[in-house]
Amino acid sequence: MNVEAVYAIYRFEMARARRTVTQTIVSPVISTSLYFVVFGAAIGSRIQSVGGIGYGSFIVPGLVMLSLLAQSISNASFGIYFPRFTGTIYEVLSAPVSPLEIVLGYAGAAATKSIILGAIILATAGIFVPLHVEHPIWMVGFLVLTAATFSLFGFIIGIWADGFEKLQIVPLLIVTPLTFLGGSFYSINMLPPAWRTVALFNPVVYLISGFRWSFYGIADVNVGVSLGMTALFLAAALVVVGRIFRTGYRLKT
Amino acid sequence: MLTVMDDIIEISDLSKKYSSGFVALEGVHLTIRRGEIFALLGPNGAGKTTLISIVCGIVNATTGRVVVDGNDIVRDWRAARSLIGLVPQELTTDAFESVWNTVSFTRGLFGLRAKPAHIENVLRALALWDKKDSRVMTLSGGMKRRLLIAKALAHEPRILFLDEPTAGVDVDLRHDMWQLVSRLRGEGVTVILTTHYIEEAEEMADRVGVINKGELVLVRNKADLLHELGTKRLSLRLRHPLARVPEALAAWRLELSSDGGELTCLYDAKAARDGVGRFLEKVREAGIEFMDLATTETSLEDIFVSLVREKR
Repeated sequence: MNVEAVYAIYRFEMARARRTVTQTIVSPVISTSLYFVVFGAAIGSRIQSVGGIGYGSFIVPGLVMLSLLAQSISNASFGIYFPRFTGTIYEVLSAPVSPLEIVLGYAGAAATKSIILGAIILATAGIFVPLHVEHPIWMVGFLVLTAATFSLFGFIIGIWADGFEKLQIVPLLIVTPLTFLGGSFYSINMLPPAWRTVALFNPVVYLISGFRWSFYGIADVNVGVSLGMTALFLAAALVVVGRIFRTGYRLKT
Repeated sequence: MLTVMDDIIEISDLSKKYSSGFVALEGVHLTIRRGEIFALLGPNGAGKTTLISIVCGIVNATTGRVVVDGNDIVRDWRAARSLIGLVPQELTTDAFESVWNTVSFTRGLFGLRAKPAHIENVLRALALWDKKDSRVMTLSGGMKRRLLIAKALAHEPRILFLDEPTAGVDVDLRHDMWQLVSRLRGEGVTVILTTHYIEEAEEMADRVGVINKGELVLVRNKADLLHELGTKRLSLRLRHPLARVPEALAAWRLELSSDGGELTCLYDAKAARDGVGRFLEKVREAGIEFMDLATTETSLEDIFVSLVREKR
């Protein structure tokens, strides 16, 4: 294992985050605060509690997931796409670095940034609403698993994309709608039965439900199923990444 | 056995066909000797960069095998790549990182711990020390070119590939780079460079390979090549201009300048003595007087152009 290389890539990516602190940290914090103002205070004050939890508190896990998914994907996809775009990827490809080490460096850094961001958003949320974490270990577990999975997903997008537009398309057209419809702001039990069934095909439902369970002990779907689904996404992402490196897809000709 | 030990890169039957169907390399056999400077010459699209990219692990070969200091580049890729530093043709650098960080990053990629003293030496040798804290984007083109070399030397490679190292570089910098290469050779580093500037190969290389349309046309010691294929020119500055070349000298390949004041004889370097001696006798017999004479050898460029033209 070329640990120095993993660390070099990781450090490089973390330095990039420090340089773009406004984009990486400030903008998600501002948008989260806006969600609280709009949904928590303005609209939320007219909504009764959901499952015994105040609406403002109820939406916190969903908001964290919303940022976690978006930022994991955007950080990881940009992290690997940019060297491809500028051509500096030659360095990584010609170095004695294995595919696993490349992924650990890039996706690891993206996941770290998302986890830090998740923690910041939680702290921001704590200013607006009372927070209670019933299962802290599970909470951290879901946070890390989701960040890792979607950083891998982002890495795949960054390899697949052949332009900046494609880099934006998947997060914008697929991930954001799925997150909004995945129960960030409501319990899917509030939906009519037919739509509830449809919602169960949305993978993000399982992530948010499991994450919310770790806070309040309430869930839309069984927490075991949530965990299983998260692990399944992680496995799927790993399989695709493995295939990318075996075939050299978009990296080697 | 000794010859095997002396070879640091062995390329056998290497071919590359891109998915577009373009054949960039075809059946290339090439051996690079330890510690030598090898110049790979060829026109645009000849396959020089593809060849380098395969050895460095950036492009997959279609067929063939490459062994770097006993390590197969596919099976023992980690060991093989650890030995190699690559300076790419394009100025592909980070924009926002500092010079120091980007060079240190490369060293890390090669699995080596930080060694500030080495990085400092490299940056000083390439006149980049003053710029160590500057962002890469603020550097000039020539500095970026030197930065790429610094990055390639960050992990103390035993083999250095320079893909068109002096393209678009001014004369001073080019000479600095030649000095650097000869210093590296002094340290035992094997250098393989591709170039358009034939004078670069003439100046630096021990051996020269000519590649054209994906095929290695020839590999020779530079001196042998110049000697073997070189045509010499003997120019006579005449006392009395001639209207035309005299009949008595018709057996030689002659050129008369437009003012008739200079007569140039092209002769084969291999038969140099006899050929030129007889020619001068005939000149005297013909009653042609000259004030001065000069001989020049054919440059590698002339040889290169004629080889590439032959292949067409």
